[in-house]
Amino acid sequence: MSDPATAIVHPGYGTFIKVWVALLALTGLLVTLSHFGQTTAVWGLLILTPLKAGLVFYFFMHLRYEGPLLKGVVLITLGTLLIFFALLFADVAFR
Amino acid sequence: MSTPSYLVDTGPRKGVAAWLTTTDHKRIGLLYLLAMTIFFFGAVGIGVVMRLVQLTVFQKLVTAQTYNALFTLHGVVMVFLFVIPGLSAVFGNFFLPILIGANDVSFPRLNLASWYFFIAGALLAVTALFTGGGPPDTGWSFYAPFSIKTGTNVSLAVFAAFVLGFSSMLTGINFITTTHRLRAPGMTWFRMPLFCWGVYATAWVQILATPIIAITLVLVILERVFGIGIFDPAKGGDPLLYQHLFWIYSHPAVYIMILPAMGAISEIMPTFAKRTIFGYKAIALSSIAIAGVGSLVWAHHMFTSGMSEFANMIFALLTMIVAVPSAIKVFNWVSTLYKGAIDFQPPLLFALTFIFLFSIGGLTGVMQGALAVNVHVHDTYFIVGHFHYVMFGGTGFGFFAALLYWFPKMFGKMYSKKAIYASWFPMFVGFNLLYFSMLILGLMGMPRRYFHHLPQFDTLHVVATVGSWFLVLGLLMFFGTLLRALFKGGQAEDNPWGGVTLEWTLASPPIQENFEAIPTITHGPYHFEKEGQG
Repeated sequence: MSDPATAIVHPGYGTFIKVWVALLALTGLLVTLSHFGQTTAVWGLLILTPLKAGLVFYFFMHLRYEGPLLKGVVLITLGTLLIFFALLFADVAFR
Repeated sequence: MSTPSYLVDTGPRKGVAAWLTTTDHKRIGLLYLLAMTIFFFGAVGIGVVMRLVQLTVFQKLVTAQTYNALFTLHGVVMVFLFVIPGLSAVFGNFFLPILIGANDVSFPRLNLASWYFFIAGALLAVTALFTGGGPPDTGWSFYAPFSIKTGTNVSLAVFAAFVLGFSSMLTGINFITTTHRLRAPGMTWFRMPLFCWGVYATAWVQILATPIIAITLVLVILERVFGIGIFDPAKGGDPLLYQHLFWIYSHPAVYIMILPAMGAISEIMPTFAKRTIFGYKAIALSSIAIAGVGSLVWAHHMFTSGMSEFANMIFALLTMIVAVPSAIKVFNWVSTLYKGAIDFQPPLLFALTFIFLFSIGGLTGVMQGALAVNVHVHDTYFIVGHFHYVMFGGTGFGFFAALLYWFPKMFGKMYSKKAIYASWFPMFVGFNLLYFSMLILGLMGMPRRYFHHLPQFDTLHVVATVGSWFLVLGLLMFFGTLLRALFKGGQAEDNPWGGVTLEWTLASPPIQENFEAIPTITHGPYHFEKEGQG
């Protein structure tokens, strides 16, 4: 199994537990930020939620161990989402 | 012993059971064709009734509330059950694997599951008519806040659209994987027939945009059931957010509908010009460009909604840009005919009709992309006319052209060409009477979705309604001819049009699993030169 795209990799439980703890900490941070007003809460959501989703994608959904094609597909999807956000803010921010 | 045709049952199940459990991509394509044709004629019938209501003598045919339900139903059925699955579901399923030299799609069982999602969504949509508060009256766009507050059965109808979305996404995943993984040896990206490029670009839009409408429709249900307030200003929500989310999907959905049709036209033009297509790479890449830029123009549906002026300008600019790749395609199709040895056959007639009608639809679209014009024609019959020129004149006639082109291959039967020519005339005349009248009515100020109209619009409404009768007559003649061919038609040749792409190397109808041996590709798809025809 020399092809990295098809090689089966089993990350240790330690990695999963560390990621889980990180996710819990980020959730705690999000809840804390929500007490500092709407603007802080929204920015917190915008920054931390993608970070959390990224951790889930990268470790739990094994994106880290995938080939460049699948990573590219995910990047295209995320890029599209970012463009959608930017265009939405072209309305909301200037209304 | 030769391999039997895909139409022959060779498995343990026979007849209807064999069809309903098939994983053969060709049979699944035909399952879509059958279901979609039924939905199409249902929605055509509703359209005819809507036109009748605009005649003075039939004004009391239905109530105003029923009229609202009719235009909603017409839109939902046509959009979600005919044009969105459209050519991709029927001809994409049937021909994508064949055109790239594969035996089937990557996930045959998932393919069948997609069809079942499609049928389940359709059944839910029909159920929504007769349950709860009755048929939805919101229009096919389900705009909030009305869709949140109306007592009609919006929740089930949007859930039906949600389920249909799964069918679309799963088909998209299947087609992308098939295109990446199952191309025959030597079938490089730029040796793929252009129909494959159309289906491939469409599949990306299906995957990227459909989840957004799915979530949005779930939010509508949550609003209706729990009143969460995401679209309600009284609770800090934003009704324009609904419009954004709806059109982020529903404008690219227009390209889901039209791109495979453009792909089919790109197959037809070189076959009947007997020469390679003009600007292969430009057409292929313009499919990707349309899918990409077309996903960024959604808010041109919202210029009068109260969106920011800055956003209006951005989206107007992007709308102008998306016209460029469409124009490239039209230019290249027409240029393909130049110095070609034109063989005028029914598929070419319908393909040329597509180009003519789509050009009118596209140009009226560019007119609306200009902010000042848009303010004038917004929510008028001009929009309805434009939309039908693109969707019916474009996707519809593209569908008919593709059906005429591939019918002999799909069924192994040939239709009466004279009867098809005869059906074209009332279709073409009726279509233009119907929808060009709408363009003029819109410029005169006739609002869309109105139950009745002012006397000054009478004449054009009569013209449009008479046009609808011609159009329906042509449609009945067209499908009648094909049905007759199906049961009483003569045996079609394997290559009746002199095509050079892979499907024409197969028997008519093709055998199960398409190829006895996977072919090796050594040249581009429109290689007429070797026969000295170029």
